[in-house]
Amino acid sequence: MARAATTTDAFNAVAEPRRRQILDVLAGGERPVNELVALLGLTQPQVSKHLRVLREVGAVEVRDEGRRRLYRINGQALKPIHDWVHAYERSWTERFDRLDSLLEDLKTKEQGDERHGDYRDGDSDAAQR
Amino acid sequence: MNVMATTGTATVTLPSDEEILITREFDAPKHLVYKAWTTPELVRQWWCGQRGEMTSAEIDLRVGGTWRYAMVATGGHEVAFHGEFREIVPNQRIVNTEVYESPEVDQDDPAINIVTFAEEGGRTTLTVLTQLSSKEIRDIIIESGMESGMQEGMDLLEQVAIALR
Repeated sequence: MARAATTTDAFNAVAEPRRRQILDVLAGGERPVNELVALLGLTQPQVSKHLRVLREVGAVEVRDEGRRRLYRINGQALKPIHDWVHAYERSWTERFDRLDSLLEDLKTKEQGDERHGDYRDGDSDAAQR
Repeated sequence: MNVMATTGTATVTLPSDEEILITREFDAPKHLVYKAWTTPELVRQWWCGQRGEMTSAEIDLRVGGTWRYAMVATGGHEVAFHGEFREIVPNQRIVNTEVYESPEVDQDDPAINIVTFAEEGGRTTLTVLTQLSSKEIRDIIIESGMESGMQEGMDLLEQVAIALR
C-alpha cells in the first residue's frame, strides 16, 4: 500500500516545520501573507504554498478585507492533533509507571523464591524444572 | 529548537532525523525488566498504561517470530501494533519491527525498535531506539508531542480552538 499523500490530514500538514511556524504565528492573531513572509524569512511563493496545504486540511482559514487577504488559524481542525499528542506523551509515562510497580512485585516474588530455596539462576524459570 | 523533553523520569531525545530515543531507569535488575518486557502476561499489566484495556499480547520470542499487541482505548476504539523479531540477546537486546495497524499507515514500511537493557548497581537503564522510515513520519510523532516548544504551541492552539467555538 502506498503511503497517503502528504497533505491529506492535519497530522501530515503540521509535519512540516515551516507550516508549524506559520501556525505558531497565526496562533497569535490574523495576518496577511506579506507579514508572514517578513516574519518567517521565506519567499512569498513558499509561504503561499504552505498556506494552501494548511487550508486544504482546514487548519487555516482566509477572509478578504478590502484588498488584503487575512489568514487565521482554525483551532478546531487542529484539536484532534492536540488530543492525540497528549495521549501519546502520557502513554510512555503511564507505561513506565506501571512497569515500576510490576517490577516491585517481581522483585518481591523473586526474593520470596530465594528464601524458599527454589530459586536458582535468576534469568530462567526453565532452570527450576 | 529544543529537541529534548523529560516526561516523568523518561528522557526522549532525537539522535538523528529519523530516530527517537527513549531512556528510562528502573529500580530492578535487568533480567526482571527483560522478563516484564517479553512475557505476555506481564506485558498485559503495563503496556496500555491508563489508556484502556489490553485485548491481545502475543509474543513469539525468537528471531523471525512475530508479536502483536492490541488494546481497546477508553474511548472504545481498538489500537493495535504488530511486528517481527529480528535479533534477540536475552536480558540485553531486542531488535524488532513495528507497524501501527491503520489504513493510514503503510503496512509494508515498519519502524525498527532497538531495545537495550543495561544494569548497574541493581538498577537497569532501558533504551528504546525507534528508527522510522522517513523524517516526515518522525516529525509527525515527535513534533506533535514530545518536543516542549511544540507542546506549548499546541496548548496555545487549544486555547484558540476554545475561543473560536
